[in-house]
Amino acid sequence: MNPTDTPSSSLAEVEVAGVNRATFLLRGALAAGAAYGASAVAPFVSSALAAGGASDIDILNFALTLEYLESDFYQVKGKAVGLSGEAKTLARLFGDEEAEHASALTAAIKSAGGKPVKKPMFTFPVTNQASFLKLAYVLENTGVGAYNGAGPSLSDKKLLAAAGSIVQIEARHAASIALLTNEKITPNGAFDKPLTKPQVLAKARPLITG
Amino acid sequence: MPESSPELQPPMSAVEGLARDDVERKRFLKMAGRKMGGGAAAAGLAAFIGACGSSNSKSASSTTSGSSAATTSAGTSTSASDPSMSGDQAIVNYALTLEYLESQFYAKVINSGLFSGKTLSVLKDFGMDEDEHVVALHKVASSLGTPAAKPTGKFPLTSAASVTKLAAAVENLGASAYLGQAANIQSKEILAAALSIHTIEARHAATLNTLLKKSPTPDGAFAKPMTMQQVLAVVKPFIA
Repeated sequence: MNPTDTPSSSLAEVEVAGVNRATFLLRGALAAGAAYGASAVAPFVSSALAAGGASDIDILNFALTLEYLESDFYQVKGKAVGLSGEAKTLARLFGDEEAEHASALTAAIKSAGGKPVKKPMFTFPVTNQASFLKLAYVLENTGVGAYNGAGPSLSDKKLLAAAGSIVQIEARHAASIALLTNEKITPNGAFDKPLTKPQVLAKARPLITG
Repeated sequence: MPESSPELQPPMSAVEGLARDDVERKRFLKMAGRKMGGGAAAAGLAAFIGACGSSNSKSASSTTSGSSAATTSAGTSTSASDPSMSGDQAIVNYALTLEYLESQFYAKVINSGLFSGKTLSVLKDFGMDEDEHVVALHKVASSLGTPAAKPTGKFPLTSAASVTKLAAAVENLGASAYLGQAANIQSKEILAAALSIHTIEARHAATLNTLLKKSPTPDGAFAKPMTMQQVLAVVKPFIA
């Protein structure tokens, strides 16, 4: 997946919901400068801090977009694909949980005086249970990295605590899917890598159609 | 060992229950009385430092040997009452203490001969992750001051089933512990590091829950935090 060169109007909206272009570019540069080491903490830290600059409401709206994406994936695409067995059980549970995250984020954005982003339209390139689970694994791991990357930039500590209680669920989802599909339970080793917003967008962008 | 702070000592049955049953863990969490609501995990550390400072000074004036349990159990009791130690330093030492215990736990489990095959390899992987957490946190703690002393853990290793349950309890506790501190950490660097460890504990917890045929998300859509005081109460019986 390398969609960075495919601009789409809907995605521009997601970006705008975050920060202005200058900050965005600065962040990208900082992220690029942060070398990802194997197991040291320092590189992850610089990457997480590269996400600085956005307001809490911007961050929450970005998270809301991801939660919409995840809940739609499980609840709509999961049904369309026709899952069975453990995959079906997990998709139902996880879909409900992502929808709860979206509701909680919507409420948090409103109570912070912000305007929640609208739910976008999505497309998911999956055709069967195997490809569904493969994308589920990518999406959950992206969610973990996104929240971990944005966490230190939240200035309201209550929101940070709330984001923490959500990211832990994303990590649990990722591990469950890993177990089911024989993927790595801890794909980043002993320390989860925070993702910058551009890194997250690179994963999410091709899935957002309007 | 005399108990300096009975308020930190949980009823044994609660601790055994934690290892025994996830329902018990939930009951404990309820008993411990923290609800996540809109996500206010704050005040946990403040409460702990307050409680800890006072219980520490009490034990310092009344009994000297008595404070050892509380001190070892976190390396934070001393720290918390030490005005030169920052909140972050206390939190890092607390995390280091928990990681020491987890790392020792896995080392003993792996050597117990109770496991083989895929489960053993999962446990080995998790043990290595905890070892790396110890190294990283020790480094951070050293940069802030004096790292917490390494505690000696004691764990009941009787059967594969009971050990798996204990492992799940330990990991779920670890995830709750990190979550409980996220809002208390001042340094963004340390927060980023703690977050990157928090989700590893969560991945471990979900895996072990799944092996036990329990829900990977026992708290529902929002994971519940635990305060330092709550966590220390649970781990205390596992420290020799």
